[in-house]
Amino acid sequence: MSAETTRFDSGSAPAGTRTGPGSDPGRGDIPQSGGAGGGSGKRPRRRGERGPLASFGLHATLLFAAVIAVFPPLWLLVTSFKPKSDTFTIALISNFTLDNYDHVLNNTKFLTWFGNSLLVVVTTTVIGVFISSTTGYALSRFRFPGMRPLMWTLLITQMFPMAVLIVPLYNLMSRYGLLNRPIALIVTYLTIAVPFCAWMMKGFFDTIPISIDESGRVDGLSPFGTFWRLIMPLARPGLAVTGFYTFVTAWAEVAYATAFMTGERHLTLAGGLQTFVNQHTQDWHLMTAAAVLIAVPATLVFGYAQRHLQSGLTAGATKA
Amino acid sequence: MAAEAVRTRLGKGARTRRTLANYWYAWAMIAPVVVVITGIIGWPLVRGIFLSLTNANEANVERQIGVNKMEATYEFVGLENYADILTDSKFWDRLGWTMVWTVSCVAITFLIGLALANMLNRTFRGRTLYRMALILPWAIPAFVSVFAWRMIFNERNGILNNLLEGQGIAGIHWLSDPTWAKAAVIAVNVWLGVPFMLIAMLGALQSIPAEHYEAAEMDGAGPWQRFWNITLPGVRSVSMTVVLLSTIWTFNMFPVIFLLTRGGPAGSTDILVTEAFRLAFIRSPRDFANSAAWGVLILLLLVLFAISYRRALRKQGEVW
Repeated sequence: MSAETTRFDSGSAPAGTRTGPGSDPGRGDIPQSGGAGGGSGKRPRRRGERGPLASFGLHATLLFAAVIAVFPPLWLLVTSFKPKSDTFTIALISNFTLDNYDHVLNNTKFLTWFGNSLLVVVTTTVIGVFISSTTGYALSRFRFPGMRPLMWTLLITQMFPMAVLIVPLYNLMSRYGLLNRPIALIVTYLTIAVPFCAWMMKGFFDTIPISIDESGRVDGLSPFGTFWRLIMPLARPGLAVTGFYTFVTAWAEVAYATAFMTGERHLTLAGGLQTFVNQHTQDWHLMTAAAVLIAVPATLVFGYAQRHLQSGLTAGATKA
Repeated sequence: MAAEAVRTRLGKGARTRRTLANYWYAWAMIAPVVVVITGIIGWPLVRGIFLSLTNANEANVERQIGVNKMEATYEFVGLENYADILTDSKFWDRLGWTMVWTVSCVAITFLIGLALANMLNRTFRGRTLYRMALILPWAIPAFVSVFAWRMIFNERNGILNNLLEGQGIAGIHWLSDPTWAKAAVIAVNVWLGVPFMLIAMLGALQSIPAEHYEAAEMDGAGPWQRFWNITLPGVRSVSMTVVLLSTIWTFNMFPVIFLLTRGGPAGSTDILVTEAFRLAFIRSPRDFANSAAWGVLILLLLVLFAISYRRALRKQGEVW
């Protein structure tokens, strides 16, 4: 984790210095620090330098925001180590115990749910990224009849609410006896993943210079060869970011998972977590332990991938 | 942009020589996605529209019970469902709340995201740490965080009410009083949405050249002037995209409301999508036809919104 931090530090340092002078105007955005910064300093202040009051305001605001951001997950973590009787005590630690984890792992179907989730989400991600990449490439490089309608379709299907597809998909799955099977969720998640991946991949292929394609063609590669041997290796970061987004979206999906998977053995994590706290049971202590077990791997993956998030986002967003 | 230029160059010079041979590659490359979209989005969509014109419910759809296959017995009823929905005040209530929910969530999230991005976009000690803390809500799957919030909001034992009572203030019915429940779901959704805004706006801020600020400062522009005349125009195009995305996501935000309040108390926090879900999967008997009709109406609303948004952007000379 510390290696991660330092690497990230060195990455962001140049950006910070570059925008250093520009950071000043942003101060106007925060009244409490802006007013203080413009105050009557005795010594003329250098550009981009903050007065002590402005500095205090900045840190106080950020600290406040950071505490709010961190508190709920932190509280979940803290509570997961308390026994059932102490679940709602205010103390950070009371009667430290690992029983909750023990119970969740050994006496519930948690590991099965985890496996179900993993199977569904990984399959969705791999299929989604794989079949969308060629489309992204075609949209980025070729001009062909049907291109505009396809782009529009991709854009519109991305904003499809789950409410419009969930009933017909449910009925189709039920007709073919696929409810409670992983394949039902995989197919369903592909309806979300495919338009999204194709759109993202187009954005990434757009950033790869077309001269690379041309040199490949000059050297006698077919369009498929160019795509597969030259462009795909170059687009690997893009593939990773797209895959990551798909993974996260599918991992956190609730509606389809709740509606399509009902038997306890078939639940995914989103459905499984709901079984701890509902009309019949109020096992908050077990819920917290399960929640931590779900959140920790997700957070680790996220921490690893977040270095790419900003560039990925802006690339995806500005190209839209 | 380079791709664009070359594409047109290719298009002009070689259009006569490469005709169908050229398109063939492109069509082959988009084929997988076209097939998938037609099969798992197009076909269900058509079926959904059809179902919304029938009286399908749990008791009369085609289904499998053990080895027995029950044939569908629902009937075509035309626009009856739509007429019922549109003349019922329930739909308009939900629509009104959905609007309030969407606008307030997006506006608050955007303002907080922009303010925090402005603060983070400068050099000071602890910047990386703040950044990591602030994007933590994004790293954790939403359904996990929502349960954490449910625990915090818990009426009898939750930490919020515990703290309030410690101060001698009567506990608040966070999730069972209609007004507080609305405030609570908005707060949780803002908490979930800020990190995305923050990262997107940070990327946009860093893409503004520092020279612009230097030049403005030379010309004697104050912090506020620089913020209004350089920062805001600089983040404009990214803002347009993220606001559009965020609006669509919030409009369709299912897990927050479903897991936090289940739409309650008495449906007061139900937005359109959770209501559609409730009709088909929670209520008994399940009313597939009406749920499908709600879905179609939701889709129409979204399409209308996207069209008018695009038109508004065009009017202001935005290329998007």
